[in-house]
Amino acid sequence: MQSKDTHKDIQGNHACALGAIAAGCKFFAGYPITPSSEIAERMSVELPKNEGTFIQMEDEIASMGAVVGASMGGIKSMTATSGPGFSLKQENLGYASGAEIPCVVVNVMRGGPSTGMPTRPAQGDIMQARWGTHGDHEIIVLTPDSVPEIFSETIRAFNLTEELRVPVIVLYDEVLGHLVETVEMPKEGSLDLKTRKFAQSPAEDFLPYKETDDMVPEFPRPGDGYRTHTTGLTHQENGFPTQDPKQVDRMIKRMSGKMDMHKDVYESWEALECDDADIVICAIGISARAARGALKSLRAQGQKVGLFRPITLWPFPEDALKAATKSAKTVLVPELNAGQMILEVERHCDASTNVVGLNRIDGEHIEPAEIEEKIKELVK
Amino acid sequence: MDSSNSADSFNIRDYLRLEMFPHFLCPGCGHGIAMRALLWAVYELDIDKDKIAIVSGIGCSGRIGAYVDANTFHTTHGRPLAYATGLALARPDLHVIVITGDGDSLAIGGNHLIHACRRNLNMTCMMLNNEVYGMTGGQASPTTSETRYTTTSQSGSIEPVFDACALASAAGASFVGREVTVHTPNLKDLLRDALDHNGFSFVEVLSDCTEVFGRKNNLGESPEMILSQKSKMRPSSYGSANGNIVDEPFRPTTLPTGILTHKERAEYGDTYRAHVEKISGSVKNG
Repeated sequence: MQSKDTHKDIQGNHACALGAIAAGCKFFAGYPITPSSEIAERMSVELPKNEGTFIQMEDEIASMGAVVGASMGGIKSMTATSGPGFSLKQENLGYASGAEIPCVVVNVMRGGPSTGMPTRPAQGDIMQARWGTHGDHEIIVLTPDSVPEIFSETIRAFNLTEELRVPVIVLYDEVLGHLVETVEMPKEGSLDLKTRKFAQSPAEDFLPYKETDDMVPEFPRPGDGYRTHTTGLTHQENGFPTQDPKQVDRMIKRMSGKMDMHKDVYESWEALECDDADIVICAIGISARAARGALKSLRAQGQKVGLFRPITLWPFPEDALKAATKSAKTVLVPELNAGQMILEVERHCDASTNVVGLNRIDGEHIEPAEIEEKIKELVK
Repeated sequence: MDSSNSADSFNIRDYLRLEMFPHFLCPGCGHGIAMRALLWAVYELDIDKDKIAIVSGIGCSGRIGAYVDANTFHTTHGRPLAYATGLALARPDLHVIVITGDGDSLAIGGNHLIHACRRNLNMTCMMLNNEVYGMTGGQASPTTSETRYTTTSQSGSIEPVFDACALASAAGASFVGREVTVHTPNLKDLLRDALDHNGFSFVEVLSDCTEVFGRKNNLGESPEMILSQKSKMRPSSYGSANGNIVDEPFRPTTLPTGILTHKERAEYGDTYRAHVEKISGSVKNG
């Protein structure tokens, strides 16, 4: 039985804010930017009611800094932005990655480059989300394709960032941000929420970046007596800076090893009718929604079409893609950019697989009919 | 103050990570004196080391936090005030101290400084002004005096100089002060008052960079440099009658020291929490 309390008709950006609250987010710092501002607006209403703090900072850089600062205090924190703002956040995002400070950053993608098209959708930040900050760094990027999934993926973003101490990006486009769908609210206490592993061991000889079995160091909460040092410089297990080649190598490899070790924790994808598919569509977000429509129509016409949809886009689910495209002669990659995810798909598909792009860069989303037409052309 | 410690038993070693020494600052650098004054003030106020969070940016000033036995956060260039804002709001139980430099807070981080002053969130910002980007090899900063030689002003700087204290006061900071390192006990007193102030406090410390600034400008060794700074200072009582400093944002050749601005304004965290209570109350009432 649906009621107004359990089922809410809301836009994607509000679902994101409510997901954050459900996940235990207690701090949000943001700066106005289209098309993500509704997240900040909703957080400004929800956080004070939930023992949390909302602050509108002086700029995008400051809001990212404040979020990392709040998390350094042991609090679950988040910010939200769009393309140009996301560019500005990159340095402090890199700090969070290097110092392993949990945080969630939402990027509601709009047309670019530069100011681009603030009110039009795009998927042009696929590469920026992975490689926007400098240096070899770890990051997780989640790409929901519906309003209910924005809600649940925002919760998962908090769980992952807390559990693995890696920044998590929730990446979706303007259409999903403003699309209104029904979201079922979880019953109180029904969610499995994760909190970072706070240091419990004796403060004497405590090593804040100790190489533990699970590669995720314990988090020393300020005030708990550890008095540790946190820095964006490459550091030793004791947290202090080092340029010793062995120590630096060890630190970077521990962080990448952490990601290799915990694939089962963060990997997520959807493979729809891929087993017998001659053509597999690989898409995320609003483009995956269009692909779903095309798939239904083409299957009804007897075409063997499948859909592979990374939900965790980065690190890219390469094994799952390989399995899903095993029988496919062709992989079609529809995306709202000039060809970004297709590079990753090409990298992981057999050399014999024909990987084809379907791109729109004009501020319009891709219609199901466009995908259907393209596939008919490909099988001709 | 009842909880305060007496001045004569201060031992700086109690507040340092001795295993980090020898430190990496250049001989003659004034930053160590400023750190001593800060820790002396912390001692006098008897602040629990576990509750101190030092947040610093990038540059020579950014590195000194690592030598302090507290919760220390060495953040990104120009952004320590942004990080500190998040930390102080999330953890009002912590005593947040920002250590920054003239380039860190007046150039790349200028926007954060003026908004931190405006907001009046409880923290103390100690700016170490040595007129130069020392870490990167001596480039001109917003406080490099006109005509001074730096590696990016090789025929003498032609840019006007920021008066950081005038800027902080104009932006609304409720506590602003300045001191030179040679007056270490005065600097300690100033920092103690700043730490004790409920709101945003800004203290400019005129430090000296002998290696890459003094040498290039023939200013002598550290003693000559700090004595010359002292000679250009005047106590704040010579300032305007209301204790507030000049409207002019550019620095005069002689500078007032001591407490330059001290006013009671609502602290941001208190205001936020009271506001939340009011909202929750109105929600409950319906």
